[in-house]
Amino acid sequence: MRSKSPKLVCDHVWKIFGDLGKAQHIIDAQYWPPGQSDLDKYNLIGAVQQVSLEVFDGEIFVIMGLSGSGKSTLVRCMSRLIEPTNGRILFNGEDLLEKTSREMIEIRRHKMGMVFQHFALLPHLTVLGNVAFPLEVQGIARAKREERARQVIELVGLKGRENYFPRELSGGQQQRVGIARSLADEPELWFLDEPFSALDPLIRREMQDEFLRLQSMLRKTIVFITHDFDEAIRLADRIAIMKDGAVDQIGTPEDIVIRPATDYVAEFTKNVVRAKVVSVRSIMKPVTGRPAIGEVAGTAKVSQIVSKIKHSDGIFAVTDEDGERIGDISRDDVVEILMQG
Amino acid sequence: MNQISPQQKPALWQRPMLVVWTISLFILTIFWLFGKPYLAWAFKLPRGWQSRLRYHISDAANWLLDDASFFGLFTFTEFTRSIAAIVAVPYDFVLSIISTGFLEGVGSDAIQLLPPLSWIAVIFLVFALGRYARDWKLAMLAAGCFSYLAIFGQWHSSMITLASIIIAVPIGVGFGLMLGIFSYRFWWFDRAISPILDLMQTVPVFAYLVPILVFFGFSPVAAIIATVIYATPPMVRITILALKQVPSELTDLGNMVGCTGHQQMWKVMIPSASESLMVGVNQVIMLSLNMVIIASMIGAGGLGADVLASLRRLDIGAGIEAGLAIVVLAIALDRLSQALAHRPPDPHYTGPKRSLLQRYPYSLAGLAVVIISGLAGLVWAGFQRWPEAWSLTTGKSANEIVKFININFYDQLDAVKTALLLNVLIPFKRFLLSLPWPGVIALLGLAGFSLKGWRLAVLCMLLGLFIVFTGLWPKAMITVYLCGISVIIASLIGIPIGIMAAEWKPAWNITQLIIDTLQTLPSFVYLMPVVMLFRVGDFTAMIAVVAYAIVPAIRYTSHGLKHVSEDLIEAGVVSGCTPLQLLTKIKLKLALPEIMLGINQTIMLALSMLVITALVGTRDLGQEVYIALTKGDIGRGAIAGLCIAFIAIIADRLITAGADRIKTRLGLAK
Repeated sequence: MRSKSPKLVCDHVWKIFGDLGKAQHIIDAQYWPPGQSDLDKYNLIGAVQQVSLEVFDGEIFVIMGLSGSGKSTLVRCMSRLIEPTNGRILFNGEDLLEKTSREMIEIRRHKMGMVFQHFALLPHLTVLGNVAFPLEVQGIARAKREERARQVIELVGLKGRENYFPRELSGGQQQRVGIARSLADEPELWFLDEPFSALDPLIRREMQDEFLRLQSMLRKTIVFITHDFDEAIRLADRIAIMKDGAVDQIGTPEDIVIRPATDYVAEFTKNVVRAKVVSVRSIMKPVTGRPAIGEVAGTAKVSQIVSKIKHSDGIFAVTDEDGERIGDISRDDVVEILMQG
Repeated sequence: MNQISPQQKPALWQRPMLVVWTISLFILTIFWLFGKPYLAWAFKLPRGWQSRLRYHISDAANWLLDDASFFGLFTFTEFTRSIAAIVAVPYDFVLSIISTGFLEGVGSDAIQLLPPLSWIAVIFLVFALGRYARDWKLAMLAAGCFSYLAIFGQWHSSMITLASIIIAVPIGVGFGLMLGIFSYRFWWFDRAISPILDLMQTVPVFAYLVPILVFFGFSPVAAIIATVIYATPPMVRITILALKQVPSELTDLGNMVGCTGHQQMWKVMIPSASESLMVGVNQVIMLSLNMVIIASMIGAGGLGADVLASLRRLDIGAGIEAGLAIVVLAIALDRLSQALAHRPPDPHYTGPKRSLLQRYPYSLAGLAVVIISGLAGLVWAGFQRWPEAWSLTTGKSANEIVKFININFYDQLDAVKTALLLNVLIPFKRFLLSLPWPGVIALLGLAGFSLKGWRLAVLCMLLGLFIVFTGLWPKAMITVYLCGISVIIASLIGIPIGIMAAEWKPAWNITQLIIDTLQTLPSFVYLMPVVMLFRVGDFTAMIAVVAYAIVPAIRYTSHGLKHVSEDLIEAGVVSGCTPLQLLTKIKLKLALPEIMLGINQTIMLALSMLVITALVGTRDLGQEVYIALTKGDIGRGAIAGLCIAFIAIIADRLITAGADRIKTRLGLAK
């Protein structure tokens, strides 16, 4: 599926807000990193504290945290919208923090795209104008940029609304414009900052599906921010859970649900429907050799095999990608997971 | 400065400021009563101590005027005159279009090549603009206003005034926008310009009329420059504010798509902020109209000159008519610009291709009317200019009314005036004038210290000392006395009206109509009827100042009362407050900071009006500025202007600090 090369690496990234003038010494190398008491003493806020993570090519990496956990600051550090106080941000192996502002402009123009919580549409431009805006900024001729813009507008399902103004669209449609715009310059790295938080629950669901559909076509490397744990496990290949500026745990949704690293993380996973997250592979029993009455894929989620297995008393063979039998599963195993909620 | 009494009274020694205040006031009283024989210098500044600053300023101005040059290339005067020449080009052009027509040659030999826009054309254009900006109603209002100008014989002057507004507003908006953008982008520029803006908004306009008069000469162009200087500071502030209010997501967006600094500003920030920026444009228009009369003192002509001339010959009828014409013009321009600011952009259009007429109906209709009425004007002059025989005037009747009041009520009016003068005004004035200046300065410092801290104390004392050593202390005290008395009276009238307006809806509707009207009236309009009724002098000045400055006292009071949190009022009701208790124990207490800010605004307006009342013979700093203007004495005008500005700054800082303290204590501070 995904190749194991990190597209984006955060290496001990720190962002400290507040007046550092009087506290210059605490950001000196010899005292680094500062403790919470140092920060408190000078009224500083460690919005992002020593975050290290890797985002792989083609994966959906979700950063989940409640408000004030530093997730928005972190994503802005990744694109250098906010200058980190310390650490390294490696993009395709190059440290972004060493780039000049001119180089950053070029990187953002061609390699990064971002979707915003409140859409950030320019009120004076039509849908077409908004989507073409990143290309206009690059100085691409009108005919060419509008052609490209029409393509992405069609991709997000807004064909026919090119001449509407943002205020004439619903929230969901506005965010489709935001998504189209962020894709207009074909970025390698796609940031989505709580893109669906401002939408109604029903629309949110629809947009999540739409997002997964787009990703299955485009295969971008994605950093997705959310405060909604259900959204995180629904969309993510891997999740980083943030609390008070630091990362509590990084793992696949299944990892996090089955093995929460801290009480804080466990608190989120409590109400998760396990069957939807846990894969067959992780609850299967070793191969017994008894004859199987059917086969299920090891990567399938438990909830996906329920209908197949619920009326059968026998044992099902669990297979890996190559069709090799790697374990057995019975109805009791499935029921046990379902009972956990 | 009264400390508001807290719930439980702490012992005296726990409130050191109270002790200090008591002792200081005691010492000051002793000093005031018995100090004069020993410390004469504290009561009257010896001549030798006076600063010669004003002469230095005049010398510097003369040097600029006579000798200064830029690298020997051109002199300062040439520089200023060339600015004037540049501004004159568009002004003459606009004036030709709407007033004089395009002429060949000069003076009475001039031949008109092309007539100006006819009254029909102008009225139709504002009508179409109103329709385009909002609806038929606005179109009718705008056309109605301009018809008034034609029918009441104010057309010619109005067009001259309009021409200078049309030139001053874009220049003011342009400069304001540029300076605002600069302050937004460079923090050091923001730091540098902020105190200048403060000063610009507190120095009375008259003070900078003097240098403009000297450097640019007596002309409509000099008046435009003065107008621009007066109207630009709010635009700068609104620009800075509007840019700061652009949602951070939009600035992030600009960065993420790779905008350069320039693209970020012009493609993201300015368009996103355009609605707030249009509020600034509206402000510039209104302030330019405020300046119409004052600017006519340095050659603006038009309606302002008409008002000023009739004020000088005490022809109240003509003055009110011209004054009303300014108001009417102001209403039309205000409503039009506000509607344009809030005009929703056309919805998207996806139908078949439209003809030119379908796309630009208003512009094309306007063009047609311009041409047709121009041609019709050649046939009969009445189409070009409103026939004079048809003009109406109300001037006579206004004069009759004043005459009637004067004949029948002179004694009563005079009795009121004399009683107030003898019992209130004069004793208060004497008291202020008798105070020793070191005592007043010390009190200012103490007030500053107890309200905010030593920084404010030092600021207040330094500004006060500046006034002392210019030798203008007695005049400053007269300004304080007139301003103080007017503000007290304005508050005594305004705050109850504000309370009533907030508590009782029908009163609010009437009040709002009245204060909106009062605010659009140019300050001079207040002077005329008062002068007619009470003759010249302090009393007249006071009445005019009260009438002009009462608006914020009303507005802030009712605003403050209306914005007391619903929860607290409900809490009061549930606790069983009577309506009166609700008002006195909850609403007024919480609205106090807002009311204080209203009084602050009242003081600012009173000070600006005081300069104008110098025309009716007050002997305060305003008179000093006015004398400087008539003599073209830059130093004298600048110093007196600064003194007024400093009084305003001291009052403003102290009151704001007091309001902040109360807000903090009430937990209302952000």
